[in-house]
Amino acid sequence: MENELRRLKKTAVQVRRDIIEATTHGQGGGIHVGPALSATDIVTALYFKIMQVRPEEPWWEERDRFIISKGHAYAVLYAALAEKGFFPREELLTMRAINSRLQGHPAYHKAPGVDMTSGSLGNGLSCGLGIAMAMKKQGIAHKKVYVMLGDGECQEGMVWEAAMAAPAKGIDNLVAIVDHNHYQSCGCLDEIVPLYPLDEKWKSFGWHVMEVNGHNMNDIVNKLTIAREFSGKPVCIIAHTVKGKGISFMEHNNAWHNGTCSEEQYAAAMKELDEQEAAIEAGMM
Amino acid sequence: MDDKRVKELEIFAAQIRLETFKELTTLGFGHVGGAMSIVDALAVLYGEAMNIDPQKKDWEERDYFSLSKGHAGPALYATLALKGYFPMEMLKTLNQNKTKLPSHCSRVHTPGVDLTTGSLGQGISTGIGAALASRVLGGKNYAYCIVGDGECDEGQIWEGVLFAAHQKLDNFVLFVDSNKKQLDGTIEEVCSLGNLEAKFEAFDWHVQSVYGHSVKAIAEAVENAKAQEGEPSVIILNTVKGKGCRPAEEAAMNHHMMFPNAEENQKEQARMEQVLEDLQAEWRAM
Amino acid sequence: MAVLTNKQESIEMRKVYCETMMEMAETDNRVVALDCDLVSPIGMSDFRKKYPARMINCGIMEGNMAGVAAGMSARGCIPFTHTFSCFQSRKCVDQLFLSAGFADLNVKLVGSDPGILALYNGASHMGLEDMGILRNIPSMILVEPSDAVMLRAVLKQVKDTHGLHYIRMNRKNAAAIYDEATKFEIGKGLVLKEGRDVTLIASGMMVELTLKAARLLEAENISAKVIDMFTWKPLDEELVLKSAKETGAIVTVENHRTETGLGMAVANVLTENKAVPLGRIGIGNVYGEVGVLPYLLERFHMTPEDIAQKAKETIKRK
Repeated sequence: MENELRRLKKTAVQVRRDIIEATTHGQGGGIHVGPALSATDIVTALYFKIMQVRPEEPWWEERDRFIISKGHAYAVLYAALAEKGFFPREELLTMRAINSRLQGHPAYHKAPGVDMTSGSLGNGLSCGLGIAMAMKKQGIAHKKVYVMLGDGECQEGMVWEAAMAAPAKGIDNLVAIVDHNHYQSCGCLDEIVPLYPLDEKWKSFGWHVMEVNGHNMNDIVNKLTIAREFSGKPVCIIAHTVKGKGISFMEHNNAWHNGTCSEEQYAAAMKELDEQEAAIEAGMM
Repeated sequence: MDDKRVKELEIFAAQIRLETFKELTTLGFGHVGGAMSIVDALAVLYGEAMNIDPQKKDWEERDYFSLSKGHAGPALYATLALKGYFPMEMLKTLNQNKTKLPSHCSRVHTPGVDLTTGSLGQGISTGIGAALASRVLGGKNYAYCIVGDGECDEGQIWEGVLFAAHQKLDNFVLFVDSNKKQLDGTIEEVCSLGNLEAKFEAFDWHVQSVYGHSVKAIAEAVENAKAQEGEPSVIILNTVKGKGCRPAEEAAMNHHMMFPNAEENQKEQARMEQVLEDLQAEWRAM
Repeated sequence: MAVLTNKQESIEMRKVYCETMMEMAETDNRVVALDCDLVSPIGMSDFRKKYPARMINCGIMEGNMAGVAAGMSARGCIPFTHTFSCFQSRKCVDQLFLSAGFADLNVKLVGSDPGILALYNGASHMGLEDMGILRNIPSMILVEPSDAVMLRAVLKQVKDTHGLHYIRMNRKNAAAIYDEATKFEIGKGLVLKEGRDVTLIASGMMVELTLKAARLLEAENISAKVIDMFTWKPLDEELVLKSAKETGAIVTVENHRTETGLGMAVANVLTENKAVPLGRIGIGNVYGEVGVLPYLLERFHMTPEDIAQKAKETIKRK
């Protein structure tokens, strides 16, 4: 387990490198960095520990599914897919660029491994519910559908339609993960429309709710494993995260909701990531 | 509230039920179940709680009402006619060609209807808007809204619920008509709502649950709701779909019903008239 | 009557939007602004600072925002709602239809990043069909201002006219076209240039490109009339028919799907009256994609060269 956690943490560092690389040197200009970095540790755990997928057979019917309903965090999905081997890492530089398979918001079937189109907030959980219902009917209910939502996204009524419908339909192969980074595009969530108490809301809608430190790999793997094995109810994991996590000058700074790095910022960010990797190797992180 | 006032509201409710039934049987069909279940709440709102003046229907300082479950329009029309917003005769025109009383509520067509509804989920937002505008413009009005329980499937309800709590909209009072049924069957069969009280509490609302056919309980709940500061209030009405109308109460599927048999209609109308007369006799004896 | 400006400048539309909203709020306490978590992208931070109680950030809930606006109007406010054009149409058409439109309420909608102007936000965020969707609401008035002078005038007219108005707005820089002396009237197109051989009808950001196309045609001795048809609904049918008669050929130019947009509206008028050859520039039956403006203009055949070419082809069909 020690080794495995170290491997996952190092993969997360690599995914963050890919994101910084793409936003600095990509052909598409700036990308949504902050919301991708807050989700990085969870998405890494999903693709490299929890989910069963086949990079060589991306549309394998019995795979676990992942939907990034907060579609503007596309960068973390693309980076994880590339690291997993769905397509070459170099292709990440085409993210958001003209004619790229890696569109500004993920497009289903456009790039290998993208399980659902997103970009209009609120849609993803309903799509995930539909897939989960179909998988039950097809007898592959042992596989799960993981849907990552933004916390601001939970203001959309459509999220609560799906939240209401899933327990009512007896669905237990659906896992919602709320990336609770307390920011939305326009500023601080708690100043716009706060969601507190978010756990009570999901519980009251009939979901099994767990909370996780979204940047502690051990905690993430534990909770995702429990969610994977859970039956009888859909599961909601509220992940406490930091927008821009991993790069000191981006953390808690909503200016990096969408942005591009100067060469100096790039060098500083890469240096921080190298230090993190060394700390992980040394067992200090 | 003293017993005599309670009796008056019960009489008003019986009148609304009777007139609603007459509207629907004149036409021969209609949304009887969900109309009958909200009658007692309407009697309290228009008979007691709301600050209104039927002679000045556009008076800006009035309280506003949004019947989000717009298909219950016939019950609201009976209420408005009894309050004098338009002649009782007009009730016979429900859903007839060129009527001012369409099956779903329309503010453009019907005197006294504050907000247009008919697409489920929307009335909560418009009601909230009226309450919010009152605050912005420095008014003192309340806005009231009734949504159906089945209507709570709609995501727009939960957008409104989240939004009103954030706005600390304490001049907004919501009723959920929990009559346990929707068009296609019971709530449990179609899409279970789980624990509705817990849901509203989790969204930071002041929550009360009352028996929805007790005018006294409803009136007290409204008083409590108005006394709340800094949070919107929901009153969950535990109701019977079709309440007070025998053929509707006895039918399993009573969202929309046909009334083809004139003799049976007459019999039920006579029974409802008797209920009203008994209440009036009780009132006189008080 | 259009008076064109000589100024070679480009003005940030959202700045003008915010300034005008503040001006109107100053003189009319009924004016309120509602948004779905896009207050800073639409440049309304100053408005929020000055009128915190009248800037309502609804959060990410477009359907609710439309309904709240309708309710506020019923209680005497004049609400201006804003979100991206794709969401202003696709996410709340039912609420706009019933709660606001059929209810005959006084609600103003602003949809930003129309059409391909969503750029890097890509297909999901491109309102290529917003006008097409919203035109189905019978009482909806549709306008697309082309520059800052027009935007300011249109906003003021819209505020003072009861009803449901949709303002399709580029929130970033737009080239200056009009002099302050120009009078704008919703429902009336503006003739920017007279011509004999063909009429080019455009709106919004396409007006500037269409004027360029007219100059390209002039170099080839083709005389093009140019109209800024900033009101899509109700359409200035009289001007369309008059121009058809004068020039015998029409090309519509829009940053929208032609099938449900300006091209369709003009085609309807021509076929119901006197048909002349019609060419249409705009988006076809496809989804959007990411890219920079020059790329997207080429990709969807919307450059001045494309417009001039389409004009020549259409003239040949006379």
